[in-house]
This record gives sequence, C-alpha cells and structure tokens, in this order.
Amino acid sequence: MNSNNDFEKNENDGEDMSTNTVHQSSGLANVAANHAAQKQPGNAPLGSGLEARGIHAWFGKHHALENVSLDFAAGTVTALIGPSGCGKSTFIRTLNRMHEFIPSAAMAGEVLLDGKDIYEAGTDVTKIRLQIGMVFQKPNPFPSMTIGENVLSGLKLAQIKSPINKDDLLEECLTRSGLWSEVKDRLGAHAGGLSGGQQQRLCIARSLAVNPKVLLMDEPCSALDPGSTLRIEDTIGQLAQTMTIIIVTHNMQQAARVSDYTAFFLSDGGPGQLVEVGPTNEMFSRPKDERTENYVSGRFG
Amino acid sequence: MPVSSTQIQKAPPPAPREITTKPRASDIFFRGVLTTMSMSSLLILTLIGLFLSFRGYQAFKTQGFHFLTAYDWNASTDAGQKDVFGLGAMIIGTLIISTIALLIGVPLSVLTALFLTFYAPERIKRALTTLVDLMASFPSILFGLWGFIVLMPMAEYWAKLIHKYLGWIPVFSVPQPAYTRSPFIAGIVLAIMIIPIVTSVSREIFGQTPLDRIQAAYALGATRWAMIKAVVLPFGASGVVGGAMLGLGRALGETVAVYSVLNIVFKPNWQVLYGFGGNIASMIVQKWGEASLSESKALLAAGFVLFVMTLLVNLGANFIVRRAIKSGK
Amino acid sequence: MTTLITNPRVEPRKPWKSTPKQELPNILMLLLAVVATVVVVAVTPMKGKLAYAFLFFIFGTTFQMALSWKKRGRAAATDTFAGAVMMTGGFIVFLPVVSLLWTTISKGFKGLGLHIFTQTMASTSYSDPLSKGGLLHAIIGTLYLIVIATVISLPLSILTALYLTEIKGRASGLIQFLVQAMSGVPSVVAGVFIYAAILLSTHLRGSTFIGALPLAILMIPTVTRTSQEVLNLVPNELREAGLALGATQWKAVATIVVPAARSGLITAVILGVARIAGETAPLLFTLGTTDKINWNPFVGGQNALPYYVWSGLRDGTEGGVQRAWTAILVLLILVLSLFTTARIFGNRKAKR
Repeated sequence: MNSNNDFEKNENDGEDMSTNTVHQSSGLANVAANHAAQKQPGNAPLGSGLEARGIHAWFGKHHALENVSLDFAAGTVTALIGPSGCGKSTFIRTLNRMHEFIPSAAMAGEVLLDGKDIYEAGTDVTKIRLQIGMVFQKPNPFPSMTIGENVLSGLKLAQIKSPINKDDLLEECLTRSGLWSEVKDRLGAHAGGLSGGQQQRLCIARSLAVNPKVLLMDEPCSALDPGSTLRIEDTIGQLAQTMTIIIVTHNMQQAARVSDYTAFFLSDGGPGQLVEVGPTNEMFSRPKDERTENYVSGRFG
Repeated sequence: MPVSSTQIQKAPPPAPREITTKPRASDIFFRGVLTTMSMSSLLILTLIGLFLSFRGYQAFKTQGFHFLTAYDWNASTDAGQKDVFGLGAMIIGTLIISTIALLIGVPLSVLTALFLTFYAPERIKRALTTLVDLMASFPSILFGLWGFIVLMPMAEYWAKLIHKYLGWIPVFSVPQPAYTRSPFIAGIVLAIMIIPIVTSVSREIFGQTPLDRIQAAYALGATRWAMIKAVVLPFGASGVVGGAMLGLGRALGETVAVYSVLNIVFKPNWQVLYGFGGNIASMIVQKWGEASLSESKALLAAGFVLFVMTLLVNLGANFIVRRAIKSGK
Repeated sequence: MTTLITNPRVEPRKPWKSTPKQELPNILMLLLAVVATVVVVAVTPMKGKLAYAFLFFIFGTTFQMALSWKKRGRAAATDTFAGAVMMTGGFIVFLPVVSLLWTTISKGFKGLGLHIFTQTMASTSYSDPLSKGGLLHAIIGTLYLIVIATVISLPLSILTALYLTEIKGRASGLIQFLVQAMSGVPSVVAGVFIYAAILLSTHLRGSTFIGALPLAILMIPTVTRTSQEVLNLVPNELREAGLALGATQWKAVATIVVPAARSGLITAVILGVARIAGETAPLLFTLGTTDKINWNPFVGGQNALPYYVWSGLRDGTEGGVQRAWTAILVLLILVLSLFTTARIFGNRKAKR
C-alpha cells in the first residue's frame, strides 16, 4: 500500500517539477553561484556542526533509510532534495530524535552534535531538542496562546530561564524571523489570526527563542504562497550567519537560492539512500552522478 | 432564425432550472413510515413530560412552590390532616452527592485518560481500557450490593480518617460518630459509576489532539507533561467539561446503587461524612411501597423534577461534547 | 555494489528505549521507597493498608523525582511527578473494577449449583439452606423482558436510525437531539412514567409486558445511536449503485444497505440488551412480583434477575444477601457475555 502511494506521488511531483525546471539546470547553477558569492567569507560561523554517521531508519519491518552519512559544517545551509518517499524527511527527523515518536520506529547509526552522539544512552532528549530546533511543514503555532506567548513558549515548556529580559528576547526573535514589524502592535493577539506565512515565521521565532545551535526545517514553505516563501528564504539567509540550517525542500530553485550545500536522496524502491552531496552550485551545474543530473534537470520527479 | 452574439449578451441570465423527480409511490410510503417512526422519540419524551406533570399536578397545586423548597414530607393519615410534600432536602442531597461524585470521579477519570493516552505501555493500555469499558456494563444493582457489603466498611474508615485530620473544616465535621450511609459513601459509589463514561469521553478528546501541535511542543524540548499542559489540556478542556456533565446526568438519576448505601432523611445535610442525606430517585423508590394515592402523585411530581433536571444537564453536556469534537476535526 | 556486500549487516536499534541497566537506579529507588514505607509504618502510629499505600506513593514519587532532577533537571522532575500521579490515578480506577469482579465471583460462587437453574423460590424462604430454591423463575422473567423489550424497541430504533442516515430529512437535527435527550432519561423516570401512564390510568396490574415497556424506552437510544454509526459506515457507492440500477430507495435500502450493515446492527441490538438486562429501578414500579414461574407475559407479576438481587439485598438477612450474590453473578455473566459477543462482532466488522 505504502510504496504504491509513494510511487504515485513521485509521478505527480515529477510533472510538477518538469514544468518548473526542465530547461533550467544551468539557471539553477547560476542562482546557486550567486548565493555562494553573497556569503561573506571570513565571518566566523556560529552554531555547531552536526555529523550524521551511517544512519539507517526503519518503520517496523520497512527499511526507510539506508546508511546515510553527512557532515553539516557550522554556519552552513544544507538543502536535502529528492523525490517523495526518498527518506529525506525521515532523515531530518532522526537528527533531533523526533523519529522515535512513531511507535514502530527504529534506527541505527550515530548523530554527533559537537562531537557527542545524541543517541548515547542516558542522553536527555529534551536537551537535544533544545539545541537542535525544528520547523515543520505546516505552520503549527499553539492556538491557545498569544503571539508573544507562542514565541516564548519554548522557555516555559522546557522550564528554562531567559538569559535576557523577556521583552528583549521577544523582539530579538521576532526581528530575526522577520515578523517584528508586522506584529509588534499586537503581541497579545491570538496567533490564529495571522496569515499562513506569518504563522510559519512565528514558528521560526518560537524555535529561535531557546537559542538552538542547529535549525532543522522540514519543507517549511510547501504550504505557503510564493510571496511568503520568498520572505522565509530571506529569513533563512539571515539566520545562516548565526546557526547551522538543514532544510528539506521539494523546490529546487529554493535549494539553489538558500543553500550552500545540497544533498540528493533517492529510493530505487528499496530504502532511501544518499546519492550525492556537494556544494550547491556544483550539484546543479555539474553533478557527478547521472541520477542527480536527471533529477536536477527535471527528467524525473 | 440565427441568434447574434449581441443578443445573447443582452439576454438576462437564465433562471436555474428546478430539478424535480416525481417520487414513486413505494418511496413515498417508505419515507412516510421512516419519518413517522423517527418521531417516536419525540412522542415518548413528550409523553413522559406530560404524564408525569399531569399526574403530579395535584402535588404542585396543593404544595405550590414549597414543593421544591420545603424540607418536610408527611403524608396525612387522617382525612382532616393536610399532606406536606417538600422536595427541597432531596434536591439539595442529590446535588451534594453528585458534586462529591464529580469531585472524586472527574479527576480520576482525567488522570486515567491521560495515562492511557500518553503514558501507558500498549499492553497495560489495552487491558485497562477493556476493564473500564467492562465497568460501564456492570448493572447498577451490582454497585449497590458491592457498595453496601464491600465499600461501606472501608469508606467508613476513610471517613473517620478524614474527620480526624480535616474535621476542623465545617463540611467534614460530624455531630455524632455516625459514618455509615452518608452522602460521602454514596458519592464514592456514584464516582465509580461515572468513571467509565467520563474516562472514555476524555480519552476520545485527548486522542484527537492535533499531532502537529504535539510535535511542535516536543521539538521545543518539552517533556511529556509540559507538552500535555501546553497542548493537550487547553485542547481537551471543553471536552472534559462535557464528559463531566454527561457523568453528572448519570449521577443525578442513579437509583438503586444510591438507595443501597444512603440513609434517606428529609433534612438537608451539609456534613457529608455524617450518616444521612437526600436523593430524589432513591426517595421515590423508598416511599413507593407504602405510598397513599396522593403521596404517589407527589412522587410522580418528584419524578418530573428529576426528569427536567437530567434533561437539562444532558442536553448541555451533549452540546459541549459535540462542539468539542467538531472543533477537533 | 561491492561495498554493500562487504558492509556488516546493520541491526535496527531503539536507542531511546532504556536498557535494564538504565532502569536499575529506578528499581533501586522503588525498593528504597518500600523500605522507607515499612520503616515509617513500624515506628509511627500510622497503620493499615491505607498507610502503606499512601506512604509508598509519597516515598516512591519523591525518590524518583529526586533521581530525575539529579540526572536531567527540574522539568524532568515535574514530568516524573505528573507521570506518577497519572499512574496512581489509573491504578485507583483499576482497583474497584477488580474488587467488583472478584467479590462477585468469590461470593456468588458459593450459591452456585445446578439447582439454581432448575428450581424457583416458590416453596423456599431466605432462611432455607442455599442448596434449596433457585433462580429459574427470575431467569425466565429476564429472558421474557429482554425479548419483549427488543421486539418493541427494535423497529422503532432501526427505522429512526434509517431516517437519520438514509432520508436525512428536515427533522434530522431535531430527531438526533431527541435521541440524545432520551439516552439521558434516568431509568427510575422511565419506570414511574409507565406507572403513571398505564397502571394509574387503567385497571391493568404490573406484568412482564408492562415491565418491558420502560426497558424498551431505555433501549431505544442505545440501539438507535449504534445503528446510526453502523449505517453511516456503509459506503455511499453501494447506495448509488442500487439507485443507478433503477431500484426505488426502499428497495435499495432493504436489499443493499441493511444487509451490508447486518452484523453491525446485530451488535447494536446486543449492546441495547446489555444496557437493559441489569436494570432494576423501572421494574420496581411495573413488574409486580412472584416467586413462581409465570409463563403468561400479560397477566400476573413476574420476577427478574436484577429484581431478585434487589429483594435479597433489601431483605438484608444472611440468606437473602447470599442469594443476591449468586443471582448477580449469573446476571453479570449474562451481561458480560453479551458485551463480549458485541465486541467480537464489532471487531470483526472493523477488520473487514
């Protein structure tokens, strides 16, 4: 059942992609090159590196992800691309231990944050998730809280004290997520009244409040209109100066616009695998693997 | 004649055609039967209201408003004497016992529902769910028998302890050491009886908590309890209130179980540990056997009062539960 | 490909599940709590099972909290506390169920014997030995009541459910509302209603048939609501397929929808029967009473299992209460087997 569904979805996505990118493989490379050029060299990157070593993931008997090893250098943006069902979402969820919420889930391998395995026995998983934040596909602010409470909810949830004045923290987080000017006059209003794009930026602000070193984004723009998408991409660009960002995306232009590195995942019917990883402009201009070439040129979804 | 395009543009928009089918005779008959039959619930409820108020009218007429507020219940034995029927103590008693049942039963049910939804390992979850469902199917006379034989001695001991340590609070004081058949014990029996319904409604609501909010909380480093406090409880609160009201509706109308463990006296009793109390349903059963005709009619009037009380509570509860479930979807 | 072959086989792990070694401190803490409880009970005036349970809860929770605070901080300690409270809540709910079942079985077992299914109380009093007298008349009475109540309520319930699912007429909202209101009618009210409507208004006396009327009232909402749920599960394509073949709606419902929902409808009826089989209060006003078998449902009083329990309990003598326990055991077995049958039926339906 499952694999069938995925297969159908792949085909749909393929159609989608072909309209967007069939003639654009060189264009994408240009965008990526520009993006790389914009990055100011010499700025010491903040945040921490994350290292995945030999990650496998299972759902019950189903082997979803096979032997993925990836390095995420501190202060970089890495895009994970690939067709649906290739395991990229599963992979990103193993990086902050959200994978284990599925009762049948199992995994193998190591994820090193600052050189320490987050799966090591005795590790406090809540501390891990404070350091590795996550933004989801669908904006999910807490509807029972106001905008301000939403931003600060992480402090309350993890029972930690704010390092600075709460109002300052609120302003800082909302400014970094690019939402401050739009909501500064209605911080006491309920979050449900915001637009989808604003809600998603609110969710980003919410993750920033607990000061994570790494931010995982699981298709953060897939539920948003193009305008909101661009604003979030701007935000990602700003954030990348202070933290490590890993973003799953279906949209290859987006990968080209925002990321320094791109990793391509693929499943040939079996478990998802990492096909190729490299600097984004190289991945889009001269990929080493034929399958990557086919994918980025839009020959299949 | 050919129609030019300008003419078409000028023509007024066509009125929507009405789609009609002439139903066949068998369908008309079929629909008629179903519609008539579905009115049976309306008929029954109306008849209950009508008959009870009609037969109890005499009591309402002779007693007036005192029927609801007075505390005496004396059926005259001589022709010259006047009947005095006052339901006040029974109404107060019913509310006190139901309140005790809610105070004990609802927190336990919510805790159990949370435990089952978020904490219990799969095997314990299945076993406990089955047991709670089983409990819902136990006949109320079983609760009466068990309450009288097994629970009463234990609850008496608990009552003594509560009195010993918390006796300085007025509701826990007792004028004499008489702890059997108190509102407290009746309240415990009712609490056990409403636990299945409150638990299952709460469990249903908690289970519908949107997964993306749960994940958002966990991704922010929340512990399980922090997640429940921030996401599940705000989401499920109104559903729990509705479930509690369904439980209240059941508690108000419960008869034989309460009768078995309550000493019914026509006097309001706020000292819940002290051995007497009031309850409309049980009082009806108690007085029924040797009631004169006029007293029987007063009992029917009491039945009418109980009917209206439970009707209001249940409708409120259903309204809240349905709204809560809808908002979840 | 060669790399794949040389790769050692990777086993799925669940690193988030704690190992026995990690559980060790928790178990030690619980043992410590047991020791502390025993010591405190020994040296202080607090005594009894309640003291043990209370102290164990206090010590167990405190020690576990201390442990998680030390390992993972304040938030974790709060979480541990909340978990302990919830588990205790679940455990407290678990106790009365077990006690109810256990007492019924252990006490009721004593009076059990073949004779209770072959004899009545016609020539037996409560003070006679338990080996004399039986429940036969009450069992027959209960079966009578079930059959009559089902015969009356079944057509009303199923047709109401069909109205709500198939016709969805203008009155649907109202009917739904009324069915819900009806499910909240207390059983005692149903009883006094039938008394007021029939026994007080006519010359009829209490009988099996009249006793079944309030039960039918109580059964209708249960059966209607369950049937409605089942009928809603019948896929719309089936209905449309029938109508597209030119069937009248009546034919489509009778030959397609109802047969498709058959096992679900049976479940609904069984649940309805389980709901009323143990009802006592309404019978007190409508059933009359007898200690003999009464085969005539329309004339003369009747007995029933819950009524029999009620009489024994009200009598209060040792013999009366003992007989009540035996009768409630038989009643409980009846209700639970109905309940289990309904569940099995329901599950089979769900799996298909």
